[in-house]
Amino acid sequence: MPAMTLTEKILAKHAKSNFVEPGQNIWIDIDILMTHDVCGPGTIGVFKKHFGKAAKVWDPKKIVIIPDHYIFTADKMANRNIDVLREFSKEQNLPYYYDVGTEKYKGVCHIALPEEGHTRPGEVLLGTDSHTCTAGAFGEFATGIGNTDAGFVMGTGSLWLKVPPTMRFVFEGTLPPYLMAKDLILAVIGDIGCDGATYRAMEFDGAGVFALNMEERMTLCNMVIEAGGKNGVIAPDKVTLDFIDSKNKHKVPYTPVYTDPGAKFIYEKVYDISKMQPVVAKPHSPDNKAFVSEVKGAKLDRAYIGSCTGGKMTDFRAAAKIMHGHSVKIDTFVVPATTEVAKGLKSEKMHGKTLEQIFLDAGAKMGDASCAACLGGPSDTFGRLNQAIRCISTTNRNFPGRMGHKEAEVFLASPLTVAASAITGMITDPREYLA
Amino acid sequence: MSKIQNEITGKAYVLGDNIDTDQIIPAEYLTFNPAIPEEYKQFGKYALSSVPPAQSGLPKGNIPFHTDDEFVSPYTFIIAGKNFGCGSSREHAPVALDAAGIKVVIAEFYARIFFRNAVNGGYLVPFECTDRLCDKVCTGDELKLDVPNCKLHNLTTKETYPLNPLGEIAPILNAGGIFSYAKQVGMLKS
Repeated sequence: MPAMTLTEKILAKHAKSNFVEPGQNIWIDIDILMTHDVCGPGTIGVFKKHFGKAAKVWDPKKIVIIPDHYIFTADKMANRNIDVLREFSKEQNLPYYYDVGTEKYKGVCHIALPEEGHTRPGEVLLGTDSHTCTAGAFGEFATGIGNTDAGFVMGTGSLWLKVPPTMRFVFEGTLPPYLMAKDLILAVIGDIGCDGATYRAMEFDGAGVFALNMEERMTLCNMVIEAGGKNGVIAPDKVTLDFIDSKNKHKVPYTPVYTDPGAKFIYEKVYDISKMQPVVAKPHSPDNKAFVSEVKGAKLDRAYIGSCTGGKMTDFRAAAKIMHGHSVKIDTFVVPATTEVAKGLKSEKMHGKTLEQIFLDAGAKMGDASCAACLGGPSDTFGRLNQAIRCISTTNRNFPGRMGHKEAEVFLASPLTVAASAITGMITDPREYLA
Repeated sequence: MSKIQNEITGKAYVLGDNIDTDQIIPAEYLTFNPAIPEEYKQFGKYALSSVPPAQSGLPKGNIPFHTDDEFVSPYTFIIAGKNFGCGSSREHAPVALDAAGIKVVIAEFYARIFFRNAVNGGYLVPFECTDRLCDKVCTGDELKLDVPNCKLHNLTTKETYPLNPLGEIAPILNAGGIFSYAKQVGMLKS
């Protein structure tokens, strides 16, 4: 049997085949289908249209519905969409519906999925959101799909996919304290372009990757879509398996999968991360890379820390480390990705203060767990750029209009860089605030 | 959701590279549900509303796709550069173009999820050009697409451009989307 990459092996297994190769179109079985309030109603519509009004989903235990996009808004249509999810989950007896306004409410789906034990090595996870690729950090095949594909999966548990060739990115060396996974992935996207991985898998490897915690690995995989990648993936190690086993409440069995020795990669690049520098993506594209040293001093109007990319505990620990004892000079919005992260901000302490208190004392505004202003949303969304202002953000995209106003300018950066810039009101190298 | 016609004619609307889904349909309009026909129409009204004016309707720019109160644009073709439809997985993007009356997009290449959504939902035909047509076609040019021969005729300039064959997506588009296709190949019971 010829050697296969991790991605190829997962896809082969789910196609009930011994071997697949890049370019092949295959039908695969799906382990988990995730949807949310923006694409769920359309998906449900497609499902009902094609399978009938009385149709039942293929497996209620394999469908996860996590409202997260437009939650804390007075927009009637947005609220109506949550009602559609609620009614459907009730009608179909879906055990994994994380309803708004209840104890079960989570927030950003990509962070909620692993917290609630819906991610496992070797599995296939499809979601109606492009950042579904985040879950590749757990050694699974995870990618975003549209409503039609999701409606099809809802009824059949299967879908056709093209097997992608794999690009391999090796991070060697030790990550300096002023860098985060966000800097690494922004550097990669800047190097290969926002179409550099179109129709390809991106596998991350090397000691520098395996030294990262799960949240940082999620940040790496989260942004592969910003290079056009179909999926990002990291082989599971002890860190992964310990995390998965601690969350796998329902003891679902799983089998880790690893790239075969001698597997073919379409591209390989090695980075010495000990020599890298803090990076931003300038407006208006995630591949518009600049070193912080090249743009430092650029005036800003706002800082934003949140989203699936930059709203996890690791992100807030980093931001708090910088902000402690300082005041922000520009409007600064802090939005935990999930309610679990929000609880963490209230309980975890640094220098005797909770992380939340550090942010509030610095003058930042705290929001409720959700996607919030990462993608603009309704005009009353917390932190949304309603004017043509300039923002530095820990989020993932800065195309025109992404965070609201189409003439607003968004710089993407790590939580360290965003926190340092919030204090000075201009783009600032985090090294200036790290003793 | 119709099968592909052999010949499609109409006006071109020209855009540049990396037109992402937020520019095609801004997130604030995603509250409409594309599964409800009256709401489907609304996406046409807001299609391409976040493309910066200077990049709207190339080469000149500042040509609106349609007026603010129109649901359908006067254009049939979108001609674009590289990586059309990058960004989010929102199927509302091909829906918005379809609702606005766009039948065909011709780009150098597409972001994967947009491409899948366009094909599997049967909203529009995504052709790839071999030349950089967004530098050759002007907004407002009259085009005639010869689908079987993969040729695009510019009736305004009298030029003809070759297009890549649709290849493996042709049977799905001809079936009208993934559901009909899956029935044809026996993956779904009729």
